[in-house]
Amino acid sequence: MDAFTVLDGLVAPLDRANVDTDAIIPKQFLKSIKRTGFGPNLFDEWRYMDQGEPGRDNSGRPLNPDFVLNQSRYEGASILLARENFGCGSSREHAPWALFDYGFRCIIAPSFADIFFNNCFKNAILPVVLNENIVDDLFIRVFKQPGFMLKVDLSAQTVEFADGEKARFEVEAFRKHCLLNGLDDIGLTLEKAEVIKLYEKRRQIEAPWLFDPVA
Amino acid sequence: MGKQTLYDKLWEQHVVHSEDDGTSLIYIDRHLVHEVTSPQAFEGLHIAGRKPWRTGSMLAVPDHNVPTTTDGAGIDDPVSRLQVDTLDQNCNHFGITEFNMADPRQGIVHVIGPEQGATLPGMTIVCGDSHTSTHGAFGALAFGIGTSEVEHVMATQCLIQRKSKNMRIWIEGELRHGVSAKDIVLAVIGEIGTAGGTGYAIEFAGPVIRELSMESRMTICNMTIEAGARAGLIAVDQTTIDYLEGRPFAPTGDTWKNAVEAWRSLTSDDDAHFDHEIKIEASTILPQVTWGTSPEMVTDIEGYVPDPNDYEDPTISIGIARALEYMGLEAGTAIRDIKPELVFIGSCTNSRIEDLREAADVVRGRRVAPSIKQALVVPGSGLVKRQAEAEGLHQIFIDAGFEWRNPGCSMCLAMNADRLKPGERCASTSNRNFEGRQGQGGRTHLVSPSIAAASAIAGHFTSAEDL
Ligand code: SF4
Repeated sequence: MDAFTVLDGLVAPLDRANVDTDAIIPKQFLKSIKRTGFGPNLFDEWRYMDQGEPGRDNSGRPLNPDFVLNQSRYEGASILLARENFGCGSSREHAPWALFDYGFRCIIAPSFADIFFNNCFKNAILPVVLNENIVDDLFIRVFKQPGFMLKVDLSAQTVEFADGEKARFEVEAFRKHCLLNGLDDIGLTLEKAEVIKLYEKRRQIEAPWLFDPVA
Repeated sequence: MGKQTLYDKLWEQHVVHSEDDGTSLIYIDRHLVHEVTSPQAFEGLHIAGRKPWRTGSMLAVPDHNVPTTTDGAGIDDPVSRLQVDTLDQNCNHFGITEFNMADPRQGIVHVIGPEQGATLPGMTIVCGDSHTSTHGAFGALAFGIGTSEVEHVMATQCLIQRKSKNMRIWIEGELRHGVSAKDIVLAVIGEIGTAGGTGYAIEFAGPVIRELSMESRMTICNMTIEAGARAGLIAVDQTTIDYLEGRPFAPTGDTWKNAVEAWRSLTSDDDAHFDHEIKIEASTILPQVTWGTSPEMVTDIEGYVPDPNDYEDPTISIGIARALEYMGLEAGTAIRDIKPELVFIGSCTNSRIEDLREAADVVRGRRVAPSIKQALVVPGSGLVKRQAEAEGLHQIFIDAGFEWRNPGCSMCLAMNADRLKPGERCASTSNRNFEGRQGQGGRTHLVSPSIAAASAIAGHFTSAEDL
């Protein structure tokens, strides 16, 4: 996994609450058996005027000029500013894959849905929770000021505005460590293989039915 | 030891290791697998040269992409077919039990787990699917995970988690006639909102829950995720045990007896602490119908579509206005005056035998309204289908003008050929009414099986009593 340390990025605003995973990446794209290539279909139903299909070339499709990511001033954005309960709905990891593939590395919102929040950390995307007033203020600034950038520093746990103002955010120590170092948590867990086996031994005595194979 | 909630107990029994910051490694007893969220996880194992830790903990089934037409033609769409074939290959390669498309036991993953007794009390159960919360109805800790976590569980039998907070939703009083589990859970979501349960495990309790069948309990836990909580829970009681006895993967003989004894302790202790408690009086719940594009946008059958101008908070008011535009609805419209063009009875929320009985009772001897373009009944599994046919339910549906289909997710999320066209309006027993969920531009109203059936007959939303 890519590491996340400091990001100086252009901000794109998505001014809707409860953006769900069906909106982030519609289900027809979930048929892919790959992890990559979802970027062109991020927010597909909002972004294009026609219906997207997997395997189809997206370059000639009619764009919805009203959708925020189609506005040239947000081209190259790596930070998505969003509203509450971002990422609600399904567990599909295709949602962070699509956001990453598009170029987003950080999402800022007042709140996130649990599974999505978790999935971001596994895919080198930093979800940042800032309080609603700060998020409101950021929306105003982004709309007002073309080229609005933020500096997100994971190690310092701060979001810094161009004028030096900072907002602090919380992140769990373990997640921070993994993301800062781009660590694969399967490898980390397997270092504890012996502890897992001991646990299994104990449970096999306490509750042997849990170990009956499904067959 | 202090008083513990059911969730506290399940959590404690599964902690393998804890870090100082509270991050814990928890053991996973059962891993359910379907074709959509597993291929990249299997690929990850292959690339790293890893093997599943315990294949006996896994049960796989294709459900999201499978066709439900009964002509036996197989999957038309090559992309869908590849995904299903990939699951077959991965299961063969690693020796994982799979109910493939030809297996009579095939069905929606959250229907077959309980049906087979692969879902047991006291287990931790995961699946790369958010409606894994369904299995919490058995006093199990069950929640959806992403594909990276699917791979993590495959490789290590564990997950890295932090403990959630405890919420209890206590439901007491008398349920009105014609009100079902679906109405209860939609009413709960209407009350606490789609983010109300974020960060919590929600236990449903109280006399009304105790009276519910296992299938109704599953419907409630299924939609806990729509309230933002990854896990829903219901304590074990005799109903749980009776349901499981004799199921193919349930323990037998002395092991059964020991298991039952252990399961009886899977309840919250009296006076256990909940971080948040909600009480709902059951008699206040009427049959529910959603009018918007989020499950919290719900009212009852006597209700009206809200007016965005009545709300001061701009985020709410804009959200409602946007939803009404998408749904093609005018503020102030009576729910009863809304006319669905399609009806879908199915999904992991409402496709079990009791759901089909509930709908068939309404439909019996009647005809679907001429204004309904399509009415589908999609049983949750091959065994549910067989049971329904043994009871003659299929004939009731067919005689009324419904299509009787093969099991699968179908129009719940429209990954197969069953989907809405832009602008089409559907009364659906599924769980999500997001924009585009049932097909791009499609308009979904979530309802119970009996409301779906009654509305199919009437051609507008109504309850069975008013037919
Ligand atoms: S029936 Fe619908 S909600 Fe349930 S698993 Fe299938 S797609 Fe998901």
